[in-house]
Amino acid sequence: MKSEVTSKSPSPVKTLKTPAGSLITACYIVPGLPQPLMASEKNPGWKRLREAMENVRDEIAASDAEMILYFSTQWLTVLGYLFQADKNPKWTLVDHNWHEFGSVQYDFKVDAEFASVYAREVKAMGHYVREVNYRGFPIDTGTVVAQKLLNPTNRLPAAMASCNMYAEKQETLSIGQAAMRAIEKHGKRVAVVCVSGLSSRYHTEEIPFEKDFISSAKDDEWNRKILEILGEGNLEDVSEVAREYSKQANADMGFRGIWWLNGLVGKTNDFTGHVFGYEPIYGTGNGVVGLYPKRAIKSVPGWVNDEADLVERFAKAPPRATAPMPSSANAHASAPSKSAASATSSSALDKIVTFEAPKSSAKASEKNVSSKKAPPPVGPYPHAKRVGDFLFLSGVGPRKPGTKEIPGVQLDAEGNVVSHDVEIQTRAVLENIEAILEEAKSSLKDVVDVQVFLTDMDRDFKTFNRVYGDYFGYVGGPSPTRTTVEVTALPTPICVELKVTAFLGSK
Amino acid sequence: MTGKIIAGVLAPHPPHLVYASNPEQNEPRSEGGWETLRWGYERLRKSLFEHPDKKPDVILVHSPHWMTVLGHHVLGLPHFKGLSVDPIFPHLFRFNYDIKVDVDLSLLIAEEGKNEGLITKVMTNPDFRIDYGAITSCYLTNPDFDIPIVAISSNNSPYYFSNEVGQQQMEKLGRATARAIARSGKRAVLLASNSMSHRHFTTEPEIPEDMSAEHIYHHGQYLWDMEMLKMMREGKSRQLIDCLPEFMDMALAEVKAGALTWMLSALDFPSYKAEVHAYGSVIGTGNAIVEWDHFTNAKGLAGGGK
Ligand SMILES: [Fe+2]
Repeated sequence: MKSEVTSKSPSPVKTLKTPAGSLITACYIVPGLPQPLMASEKNPGWKRLREAMENVRDEIAASDAEMILYFSTQWLTVLGYLFQADKNPKWTLVDHNWHEFGSVQYDFKVDAEFASVYAREVKAMGHYVREVNYRGFPIDTGTVVAQKLLNPTNRLPAAMASCNMYAEKQETLSIGQAAMRAIEKHGKRVAVVCVSGLSSRYHTEEIPFEKDFISSAKDDEWNRKILEILGEGNLEDVSEVAREYSKQANADMGFRGIWWLNGLVGKTNDFTGHVFGYEPIYGTGNGVVGLYPKRAIKSVPGWVNDEADLVERFAKAPPRATAPMPSSANAHASAPSKSAASATSSSALDKIVTFEAPKSSAKASEKNVSSKKAPPPVGPYPHAKRVGDFLFLSGVGPRKPGTKEIPGVQLDAEGNVVSHDVEIQTRAVLENIEAILEEAKSSLKDVVDVQVFLTDMDRDFKTFNRVYGDYFGYVGGPSPTRTTVEVTALPTPICVELKVTAFLGSK
Repeated sequence: MTGKIIAGVLAPHPPHLVYASNPEQNEPRSEGGWETLRWGYERLRKSLFEHPDKKPDVILVHSPHWMTVLGHHVLGLPHFKGLSVDPIFPHLFRFNYDIKVDVDLSLLIAEEGKNEGLITKVMTNPDFRIDYGAITSCYLTNPDFDIPIVAISSNNSPYYFSNEVGQQQMEKLGRATARAIARSGKRAVLLASNSMSHRHFTTEPEIPEDMSAEHIYHHGQYLWDMEMLKMMREGKSRQLIDCLPEFMDMALAEVKAGALTWMLSALDFPSYKAEVHAYGSVIGTGNAIVEWDHFTNAKGLAGGGK
């Protein structure tokens, strides 16, 4: 264990030098529990955390930051994203759990204009957004604590953004990146603060405040490892292990805050890092971290969400699904299969990011084909490409055209596949293929070769084959060559994909 | 005199129902909406208040939106007044509340909870803001707020372990509550402030009360809700409790917060039939107003915790 992870004495205030052209002066990760602000006298560790945050305060004050942007894992939303748009929110905060520590009066100065710019960016991504400007709107404990300790005199205007508790990695990264675009449009230099704890397992029994400790040794070990990586400035690396960390050490809100931060900076390890402190608060782990960009942080042109993430997630879906319906003896007997068939999109599917089809390449002998009637691609590729007399289609899945909806799949809350209906999906795939062929003035009759990818050969082949027969292989119909293989995963939660080649001749 | 539970109610708290009712305490105005559920609450009120012997002295509410991480907390001051703004739907719910608390009963529950081995805490910060879940269920049950309440928080910690551990705690809390009520000598109504299936849309129509956009999120979720309601209507509350952990996972059910288990445990898992006053969806979630009429069906019983 590296010793710098445990805070002993506050480090001297650094004079930050913002890289030339960077609108991000520094990024910080700070805890959002009220103890450092309201009860620091009750435990030496809580006091050290307070001092660590005061160090950050001084560092920000000595920097050329013109605004502070907060993203707090305690400001939770379930419906899109909310942005604080009240220029002067004032209220009295009492924490739901730690009310015994008293009340915090707050009176903040907010950059409402930034809220609008950021909200517009997120809305353009297709999310529900709301700029909140309501008297008495409850600002979360995390944001209040951070703002009170880091920006106590409202020297800098603040911006506050919410954390969607159902958003997965890919979406959260993109919401972070949207903040960077908003920062550039807004034009002010920003100190970025991610309000998030580390491991979040509280003591379930009462302990004397002065005897606080991390509630599990495993959590402690993970926290230290994570802080060690952050201390080396490797934010992207931590973002990549966040899911595992959450699973192992119950990280605060799945460590979504780190995804947001990493998205904002464009997924990079290009930082110098510093750990100001690490302490337990009632069993949870809490670190204060500074990340200083080594180069100017800029928004990523044509930012795309990593498809790799979808693969990472859906590959782990249970391969042999169980019935999702009530299983008690007197449950509707026919419910499971019927419902799976009628399953509709889950919010997990909203995370599928689609692309504009690339324009045709310069070569005269090639021509890209894209159909409005087929689902938009999930990567930078066209639906099909004509080369000479042949038309090569990209792999086609069952996703419904113009939407992110996948027919014949049921997902649970986490976005894991609960059940698939291969019949529905196969039909949907073939309909999509027909649409693309039609766009090239072709049809299934021209298909000469088909490659089939199934995620579960045992379960699905028979049904697939039957449905396939409805489209190919009937008397007088097309009879392309075919290859069928089983694959571990497809990029989205689907169970079948087809890769087709057609011969167009002189058409 | 020994206190009695006169009814236990599954009393969901979508703020939309308050918004749709246009009470003067709520700042936003609406054109109505979600009538099925609001009329269901009307039937509940009729059932609770029409019979003079049944009329409660106190309303207890367990809300998932007062979240605590250490123990079960109860309100411990006689009066709370303020503005409660829903952090998720601030455009629908900004409610000026003025609520009386039955502190004696709160203290008894805290004491009996400790006797069950639970951690309980009494909340005595006068600036404390009452959560929208408790306010919504209480408003819809008793719009005049002329009956004092006892609000109990949702303790999140046991769920680090499992749904089952969480449910066990809530059974204990239910027994403690029943004993506290018996000792108080009061007639009490218990509100389990929970929706049923909880998957919801991620957008909202331009006009929130546009009922052409309202329907259950998906059919499987509806089937789950019906399965649960069937057990309630058949008086199978034990079986219902056994199914809850699965229901929580499959339908993302808000009952995870434990209110339903707490309430049924306080009623000692009744085997009489519950009355479903209404079922309907709110932005895709399933909601039912269900009453266990302990007054009529279990005359003379103080509830569980014997
Ligand atoms: Fe709720």
